[in-house]
Amino acid sequence: MEFFRIKRDIPFMKHALVFNVISLTTFVLAVVFLVLRGLNFSIEFTGGVVIEARYEQAANLEGLRGALERAGLHEPQVQNFGTSRDVMIRLAAKDAANPAISRTDEQTKKATFDQTRFAEQVIAQGGPGGKITRVEFVGPQVGKELAADGALALLVVCAGIMAYLAMRFEWKFSLAAIIANMHDVVIILGFFAFFQWEFSLSVLAAVLAVLGYSVNESVVVFDRVRETFRKRRGLSVPEVINHAITSTISRTIITHGSTQLMVTSMLIFGGPTLHYFALALTIGILFGIYSSVLVASPIVMWLGVSREDLVKPVRDKTANDGAVV
Amino acid sequence: MNRYPVWKYIIICLALMTGLVYTTPNFFGEAPAVQVSSAKATIKIDETVRARVEAVLKGAAIETTGLFFDANSIKARFRDTDTQLKARDILDNALNPDKKKPNPEDRDEPFTVALNLLSNSPKWLTSLHALPMYLGLDLRGGVHFLYQVDMKAALSKRLDALTGDLRTLLRDKNIRHAGIERQANSITVRFRDEATRAAARGVIGDSVADLALADGNDGSDLKITATIKPEAERRVQENALKQNITTFNNRINALGVAEPIIQQQGSDRIVVQLPGVQDPAQVKSILGRTASLELRMVCESPEESAAFASGQVPFGCEKYSERGGQPILVRKQVQLTGDRLTDAQPGFDGQTQEPAVHLSLDSQGGRIFKELTRENVGKRMAILLMEKGKGEVVTAPVIRTEIAGGRVQISGKMTTQEANDVALLLRSGALAAPMEIVEERTIGPSLGADNIAKGFKSTLYGFAAIAVFMIAYYMLFGLISVIALASNLLFLIALLSLLQATLTLPGIAAIALTLGMAIDANVLINERIREELRGGASAQAAIAAGYERAFGTILDSNVTTLIAGLALLIFGSGAVRGFAVVHCLGILTSIFSSVVVSRGIVNLIYGSRKRLLHISIGEVWRPEATPSKAPAKS
Repeated sequence: MEFFRIKRDIPFMKHALVFNVISLTTFVLAVVFLVLRGLNFSIEFTGGVVIEARYEQAANLEGLRGALERAGLHEPQVQNFGTSRDVMIRLAAKDAANPAISRTDEQTKKATFDQTRFAEQVIAQGGPGGKITRVEFVGPQVGKELAADGALALLVVCAGIMAYLAMRFEWKFSLAAIIANMHDVVIILGFFAFFQWEFSLSVLAAVLAVLGYSVNESVVVFDRVRETFRKRRGLSVPEVINHAITSTISRTIITHGSTQLMVTSMLIFGGPTLHYFALALTIGILFGIYSSVLVASPIVMWLGVSREDLVKPVRDKTANDGAVV
Repeated sequence: MNRYPVWKYIIICLALMTGLVYTTPNFFGEAPAVQVSSAKATIKIDETVRARVEAVLKGAAIETTGLFFDANSIKARFRDTDTQLKARDILDNALNPDKKKPNPEDRDEPFTVALNLLSNSPKWLTSLHALPMYLGLDLRGGVHFLYQVDMKAALSKRLDALTGDLRTLLRDKNIRHAGIERQANSITVRFRDEATRAAARGVIGDSVADLALADGNDGSDLKITATIKPEAERRVQENALKQNITTFNNRINALGVAEPIIQQQGSDRIVVQLPGVQDPAQVKSILGRTASLELRMVCESPEESAAFASGQVPFGCEKYSERGGQPILVRKQVQLTGDRLTDAQPGFDGQTQEPAVHLSLDSQGGRIFKELTRENVGKRMAILLMEKGKGEVVTAPVIRTEIAGGRVQISGKMTTQEANDVALLLRSGALAAPMEIVEERTIGPSLGADNIAKGFKSTLYGFAAIAVFMIAYYMLFGLISVIALASNLLFLIALLSLLQATLTLPGIAAIALTLGMAIDANVLINERIREELRGGASAQAAIAAGYERAFGTILDSNVTTLIAGLALLIFGSGAVRGFAVVHCLGILTSIFSSVVVSRGIVNLIYGSRKRLLHISIGEVWRPEATPSKAPAKS
């Protein structure tokens, strides 16, 4: 089997401007959504309480909402989770100390969320046989720290990858790769902002994993660019880049396809916990192909890469073992 | 050119064998077990306890499938849960004979008997330290708490104590000050003249090392402002955290939870994870208890002693037992509580060199203690540790003289070990600083099992899909790639089992994702070989060139992925860290398996053939036009 019967190099660079305009538009749109709508952060970042419960029959969401409102909670969210028998309830952090669902410690006089009381007061209103399967309470200050740590991780990943690429290739490549990848990350975030999908810690992990993964693509193409510069003299820079992309496109698509097979499997079988994680990866993988080929390479070209940047006489060992045309 | 020396094959075989050995415990599953551990700091688990457990089980004709003994506990494995439950009850009753007493306050329970799960794997595997992967709470169910220690309160307590120290110190040295005031973060001492201030500064600097002193003027008054030195502040915080962790350990031991995790996180947080526990309210109320030390006087008037001898408890007194088990009568009135105790350290008596416990009380506690001792010279006082509403007299020393200054020494009739234990009990009885829960999670056991099933299914079907595609597209080379990928999974699980890293649901997702990414290396190699063949290279040359040329790229791309993984590991917490650990390990194993293992198999199949014309790597399509444009090979 061979999916890629490509007779001659595809002139990607001829359309570089078009691709860059498309990229810029999607990027700007993503930023606009991020600014206008913002991310729907999970309670891991904002603080709050999440309670999941399972019922014997379809749960009565209205009954649950009524019980929560009677208790005087602020904007509780009640929704089905996976099936109609599973319910997820989200409360704001300040509601954890609401007297209807909390318990006051005799010594410290501090009220903390109480699962047993919540089950009696609220869960019982959703139908027979309701059982709490998961409770998660996060205080607001922990959330702030997590958000700060996440931003720091993003910065360190970018800096680390740039430094490595600058050392391995050249600064133009490292700049181009990082721009391409930030473009991916911003677009993933844009999707999460637009659809108001829940942005949790595991989604953050997925985003950072995509960052590392997507750089692979740029690295593979850049490796080829360097090799082509060495082996084939007399080609113009766009021709070299076209050749590099064309000869790696089959690998790019097959690799991403394989990874996507795995991610799709997670999306189907992984259940609600892995849902957004897999979704972030899917968007990241799709845009990863696009950005590494059609964003990073044109940027390298605009930055004015040349044969001399890459083929240094001392390091040029391969020039001796292969005849060149 | 495509042959590996024998040692390389040996390395591959050894790696695969090791991988297999350390992966196998995961297939044996877990068996019900009963864990016996000490409920008190003073009782050690040793060979005699083991023999007792064995004898009790034998006496009840309960068959164990294994008895395991380590420093902290004895674990007995059973065939089924019925036997396990029966054994738990029998052991609990035999080891804690007080269980049957109707009044819970009379019960003395030296051991904790808890239900647990033990790996079913054969002994030789366990002795190789081959254990199943350690599952996180989201996979096995349980409760998780993150406590924030209120360091301000700990420092404030310390400042209180230091204020008292200064007061006594200046009085002892006969330095006349115009007032000592405790401010929010400092202590201000006022003086009337410069000479006194200089003297005070010298004395304080000499004997209270924890304070940094600064001179100042306040109107006509001269003053010294004392603040806690940063290093002393750090020490106070570290000690507060350590003491709280010790207290938690003791309290959780009493709960009888198998394999609890109590760890420091950051500089002021404590993580508590209790697998299998489903009622967070109970845990919270037990962990959150404060002030459980009490100082009372012993009832020892002749009438009281006489009444006690005849089996009565006189009015105003209560019966408690000493650590040896002898009963003792103690007054109901509490003189001092553990709140006033700032520290307890084992040591030696300055004169007699007997083992002793040194207690430090804060300023108010010191004053109360001084009065108490002045009025009761020659009498006995009792220090009680109150746990779960029942008390035990830790020690009941005789008061010899009036004790001022808040520094108390308890000595006499103690071994060094006992002094250590008493100090630990006194220290761990109370929390050093108040704490607040900043994160709490409860995961039901069924949800845990559900998560395992979902994670497993995702990985399985994803792997199957990749395998089908690779074999269809690359034929034999695809099959080799799949074998390499399977060996990657083997190495990864073996490594996770060996390191006992905590596996969570994001960790399972990372396994799946890492496999999906690791196939990249083999795709790169296979595509490169096809390309070389397309360019007209011979089969053997194409294989060699394919692997060599692809290696640089594989390395580059793995390093960039690893950079992202490491950043996640360092800055991430919770779900992110669980993901990152597996991700990083997976990248490392994938380089070995996709390059070395797959090359080994290829060499084994094709390497020895001299005239190799065709290799099974799927269709190598050659463009009809301009074949000469491809670079020539040497």
